[in-house]
Amino acid sequence: MLYPRIIPCLLVHNKGLVKTTKFKDPKYVGDPINAVKIFNEKEVDELIVVDIDASREGREPDYKMIENLAIECRMPFCYGGGIKTVEQAQKIFSLGVEKIAISSIAIENPDIVSKLAERVGNQSVVVVLDIKKKIFGGKYELYTLNGTKATGIDPVSFAIKMQSLGAGEIVVNSIDHEGVMKGYDMNIINNIRDVVNIPLTVMGGAGTMDDIGDVIQQHGIIGVAAGSLFVFKGKFRAVLINYPTNVEKSILLSKYFLNR
Amino acid sequence: MITIIDYGLGNIRAFVNVYERLNIKTKIARVGEDIKDATKIILPGVGAFDYAMSQLNASGMRDELEKQVLENKVPVVGICVGMQILAKSSDEGKLPGLGWIDGDVKLFDTDKIPYKTRLPHMGWNSISPVKDNLLLDGFDNESRFYFLHSYYFVCNKQEEVISTTEYGITYASAVNCDNIYGIQFHPEKSHSNGIQLLHNFAKI
Repeated sequence: MLYPRIIPCLLVHNKGLVKTTKFKDPKYVGDPINAVKIFNEKEVDELIVVDIDASREGREPDYKMIENLAIECRMPFCYGGGIKTVEQAQKIFSLGVEKIAISSIAIENPDIVSKLAERVGNQSVVVVLDIKKKIFGGKYELYTLNGTKATGIDPVSFAIKMQSLGAGEIVVNSIDHEGVMKGYDMNIINNIRDVVNIPLTVMGGAGTMDDIGDVIQQHGIIGVAAGSLFVFKGKFRAVLINYPTNVEKSILLSKYFLNR
Repeated sequence: MITIIDYGLGNIRAFVNVYERLNIKTKIARVGEDIKDATKIILPGVGAFDYAMSQLNASGMRDELEKQVLENKVPVVGICVGMQILAKSSDEGKLPGLGWIDGDVKLFDTDKIPYKTRLPHMGWNSISPVKDNLLLDGFDNESRFYFLHSYYFVCNKQEEVISTTEYGITYASAVNCDNIYGIQFHPEKSHSNGIQLLHNFAKI
């Protein structure tokens, strides 16, 4: 039986790991390689690492860092940040990465999604949607460059377009909920889940394992990613890399997944 | 010595890493000459079928690989698209496969998949070993591995299927014919179960 995926998402800034809140105020939480080693021991389902500087600085991905992480990862590894061309993506796969995540370039040049899918197989092409809700009117909008640039694009129709161009997975990331730890934005998740049938991973807002459970209860087979939840512990947000044990995960899944 | 075929389809280092932890020697093969002393061969793969076949054909390693596998009977395991190219053909591409195992690769019929998510088949799924096989030693129906694919292997000889997996249909997640093995999931990315399976392969 196939299970939902519970995925830590790590952000890299100035070569260190950070955790942001609503895409701002990066707080240093440790060394990326060390975190991967801990997540290996905890047998996480998958790992997403995003270099949040690369696209904003307009530079190439840091191949050495990616290689070092990929060598260490004993779980599926998805890398995002700064990928602009098929050649760069190809190089990243050759370093031992299973999936690449793109965001800004998919908005600037959507055709790259088909080109990537053709070269590497669509299962490995992940499109990340950074989504913010407008203060007035409550409409959702896609943002790029770490949530600094509004695009005016509707995320739901964009998700459909990405699927038809050959994306293998969509990551729905809520800027408003990111780092706040009060639960996921269920509306936008539902809206996008309704219109695409490629794998979906949701991100932004998990404060407890039950927040993850709520998404699984509603959607079953889905990827549920979290940052703060897996790097902070307690109300003072002390840095502690953590992840549910196999037993804790079984309990969560029997409560929220197997009883659906 | 485990020889890992590097034909540009990723994941090489992940295998090397697992075997380093197990204190088992590996060698990365990039030209035919590198395969001559192989006692075990891994044919990895992340990517599309035709790209995999054209990369392997262009690598210059195919002749030596076929000599070792088909004449000298060196055990080989193809992984993910590395398994799929063991077949004669694939729905995903136009190029012929290696044809080492009598089968063809088909696209999943999405109408039969009971989830909102159709394809790719992505995530941790269980395997059901259907016969005793050294490669699957120690696993049972609860053993889970990481899968990431949209096409699946159809064996023409049912007795060559060694494990099955459910994804809408029941399909072959591992196959074996003589010294040739194929597995659809990614042992190099499947934590302790994956390490165990790669260890099993080293002991065959």
